[in-house]
Amino acid sequence: MAILSKDEAQTILKKVLSFSTADECDATLSGNVGGNVRSARNSISTAGASDNTSLAVESRFGRRAGTATCNEFDDATLRRCVQRAEEIARLAPESPEYMPLLGPQQYLDGSRSYVAATAGITPDYRAAQIGASMALCDQRKLSSAAFLDDSHGFVAKRNSKGLEAYQQVSNVTFSVTVRTPDGTGSGYASGDYVDAAKMDAARFTKIAADKASSSVKARAIEPGKYTVILEPNALLSNVDTSLLGALMGSLDARNADEGRSFLSKKGGGNNKGEKLFDERVTIYSDPLNPEISDLTFSGDGRPQQRTTWIEKGVVKNLYSSRFWARKAGIPDLPRPNGWIMEGGTQSTADLIKGTAKGILVTRLWYIRPVDPQTLLFTGLTRDGTFYIENGQIKFPVKNFRFNESPVIMLNNLEAIGKPVRLNGNLVPPLKIRDFTFTSLSDAV
Amino acid sequence: MKRRDFVGLTGLATGALFLPSFPSLGNTVDPLRLLEPGLDVAQKKRLADVGLNAAKSAGASYADVRIGRYLNQSIFTREKQVQGISSTESFGCGIRVIANGTWGFASTNNVTDAGIAKAAQLAVQIAKANSKVQKEKVQLAPQRGYGEVSWKAPIQTNAFEVPIKDKVDLLLGVNAKALDLGVSFVNSILSQVNEQKYFASTDGSYIDQDIHRIYPSFGVTAIDRASGKFRSRQALSSPVGMGYEYLTPKAADKVAGPTGSDIIGYKNSYDMLEDVAAAAKQVKQKLTAKSVVPGKYDLVLDPHHLGLTIHESVGHPLELDRVLGYEANYAGTSFATLEWKAKGIPYGSKQVNIVADKVTPGTLGAVGYDDEGVKTKRWDLIKEGRLVDYEKIRDQAHMVGQKESDGCCYSQSWQDVQFQRMPNVSLQPGKDRLSVDELVSKVDKGIYIAGNGSFSIDQQRYNFQFGGQVFYAIEKGKITEMLEDVAYQANTQEFWNSCAATCDERDFRFFGAFNDGKGQPSQSSAVSHGSATTRFNGVNVINTARKLG
Repeated sequence: MAILSKDEAQTILKKVLSFSTADECDATLSGNVGGNVRSARNSISTAGASDNTSLAVESRFGRRAGTATCNEFDDATLRRCVQRAEEIARLAPESPEYMPLLGPQQYLDGSRSYVAATAGITPDYRAAQIGASMALCDQRKLSSAAFLDDSHGFVAKRNSKGLEAYQQVSNVTFSVTVRTPDGTGSGYASGDYVDAAKMDAARFTKIAADKASSSVKARAIEPGKYTVILEPNALLSNVDTSLLGALMGSLDARNADEGRSFLSKKGGGNNKGEKLFDERVTIYSDPLNPEISDLTFSGDGRPQQRTTWIEKGVVKNLYSSRFWARKAGIPDLPRPNGWIMEGGTQSTADLIKGTAKGILVTRLWYIRPVDPQTLLFTGLTRDGTFYIENGQIKFPVKNFRFNESPVIMLNNLEAIGKPVRLNGNLVPPLKIRDFTFTSLSDAV
Repeated sequence: MKRRDFVGLTGLATGALFLPSFPSLGNTVDPLRLLEPGLDVAQKKRLADVGLNAAKSAGASYADVRIGRYLNQSIFTREKQVQGISSTESFGCGIRVIANGTWGFASTNNVTDAGIAKAAQLAVQIAKANSKVQKEKVQLAPQRGYGEVSWKAPIQTNAFEVPIKDKVDLLLGVNAKALDLGVSFVNSILSQVNEQKYFASTDGSYIDQDIHRIYPSFGVTAIDRASGKFRSRQALSSPVGMGYEYLTPKAADKVAGPTGSDIIGYKNSYDMLEDVAAAAKQVKQKLTAKSVVPGKYDLVLDPHHLGLTIHESVGHPLELDRVLGYEANYAGTSFATLEWKAKGIPYGSKQVNIVADKVTPGTLGAVGYDDEGVKTKRWDLIKEGRLVDYEKIRDQAHMVGQKESDGCCYSQSWQDVQFQRMPNVSLQPGKDRLSVDELVSKVDKGIYIAGNGSFSIDQQRYNFQFGGQVFYAIEKGKITEMLEDVAYQANTQEFWNSCAATCDERDFRFFGAFNDGKGQPSQSSAVSHGSATTRFNGVNVINTARKLG
């Protein structure tokens, strides 16, 4: 039941709307089928499968709204679901932030967000992928812990104002941490694709294994300000707060206008249009990008378009709710799903070659906000930290705690490498000067 | 956001048009539906047997079935308005099996004979596929079946039975008080959880449980528009394993902080209006408070703050799955390895006695049985500074030469596989009589920290950095003034070995972590941490103020 075609989904949604007696009605049908397998100590630990399809109906009477959901789709259940949404709406308080439902929208065509090969993944495929990863570590007498997770699904929307949307998505993600048996070396790598045919868990495992082997006997060097090369996994993460993710997550217009954001201006207003970063910093979103194709509509039905957020260091746009966009008189832009940071052609290896003294950081971890006023964050390096001298990696170093703001970081930019796909984003490695490490960690 | 998260949220996003974003917890329902009974026990037993039999027929050597009904209600407000009311119900069945010595798991919201049997067969299929690349076969600690038993959280008032209007009035009253007292913004929230869980296993247990949690909270923000400076102060409430009675304040549950601090702590009931009034005053003081001079200070940590430090630097490193490497790819491992423990290196000073438990009434960890059918208990983790035990479940006990699980297995819902989670982990109060003022009176140069703020710790739990909500300077035994920009950095062992004194049981109370994340796919659990106000000597304090541009 989980995956419905456009016609099947819209047929159900039309039926839902036909049962509505409310002023406005919005229906969203989504389905997802997924599976995962997890390993540790070069052996399988847990595995699972899920299969969910759900309909959400929102009914509105004036400024009152109510939502009900169901996961069976016979006429009687659909009718009950609509009735329940209407009952809840009648009981709800009026919302001062009410916005009428959107009418018909034009969505971009051509997003390659779904590939059938990913939908065809079986328990045997997962076992084979993670088996190859474990075999490589067995051969090299290293210990791995890994996670393979896949899903495919659809989202369909329809409302009483004529809005209609449908799209399918698929995704497969693999991550692996490889450690030396004595626990003195650790490495990490991850990758994600729309198309499962591109997944090669062993390739990522080799990267993590190489980092693990070369990070043993790390030396302690004094914390302080260093030139760093931050690999993409040190900039964006799908399992934890990240520096680039936190920065982009702060481009909310309302917070800025209300005075509680690093983008708030003294005396009121926000810093849109101001140059806040190095002029080489350009970040945009594009749901049609062939590398990170994604949904062309947001959860509330707004179109996702190619949008430039930061251009040559200048904040060009802020996203917001529909209510705030109208109140503030700003472009009505939803927050996108993926970010693209423009870069150059240099690989991480090229950036290392051009570095006289510095530190290569594979990954940053447990990043938490310290001061929202300056977007100061703290966290630690993890799974492969190396000292660079005269263009070469000289030796592994002990992990550091950092206290740094991505705003300061993107002003201290030395070089930008070639962007790579990471967690549905395109992220380049960055070379940053004066990155602030405040203490050492014994963690490996 | 991951693509799957978006798909999962999309349905809710429609209903959450006026809401801040929050995770999808289940199907949105009429609040009155949360009062309706679920399946009766006889129906659940019959369905569970269908799952157990299907799993055994497909080749499972062990199986457990969890039929769960998870109810959540959250009310969000800001300033004078209700942003949203979310009432959700999630009902379904998860089946875990061992086949060919390998775990398999599948779940379904089709709670029928056919749906459950199909999920059981899929779980076995997954286990068999993975057994081809499996090396360490699963070994379960022996567990006798309990037959048909039940357990209910000892609540006084089911929060779901309290009219929504009363809850909205409470939150809007909190907001009104904060605005009257001059804050720029205020958000308040009330979250309630009811887990109706049925567990059955091929060991012969049929366990029916009813668990409740509640979490009231708020945040106030003060803004100085001229300078552009803003500061916030969060509530000093804790999530608890109680009913709505937590929100009826009782004088006996209030514990004053040190003289001069303006801090009030709460035990088994919470005065939200009193706390927001204190917060409104303190958040404005924070705008002009003195920026801390970095250096070594003796820290006096209140239980609402120390609870999170215990959570991160004791609770997590003693999870046996981390110690053994099962969380290496996500949450991390632990410095407290089996080899490290064998050496007998002090975890902390002699003052440090830390106990794990899953039984204290009113705590978030309290249940009768865990999610693999093990009766819960209380046990020592650290005695007089020495590590004596870990937190473990059935498939781990044999790895440390033990024959019994600690009852720490938990799943956030029927659709996720259960695994080892943290029990309540608490620092025992001092045996000698010692008040907070007496504790502070001995400190020459220190900082008193109330409430938890920024927190970060490495993947093996050595190096951590914590902030707080409110900071006060201590000079020559007295609180002198409020401080800002404070965070302390320490090494877990050095920190716990610097523990100099802890107040007696009069000051003991629980802090709670409502959404502790672990596992892949990540799952959330709730856990409490008790302590009394405690002193740590010579801790490194940094100044977190920065300038942009």
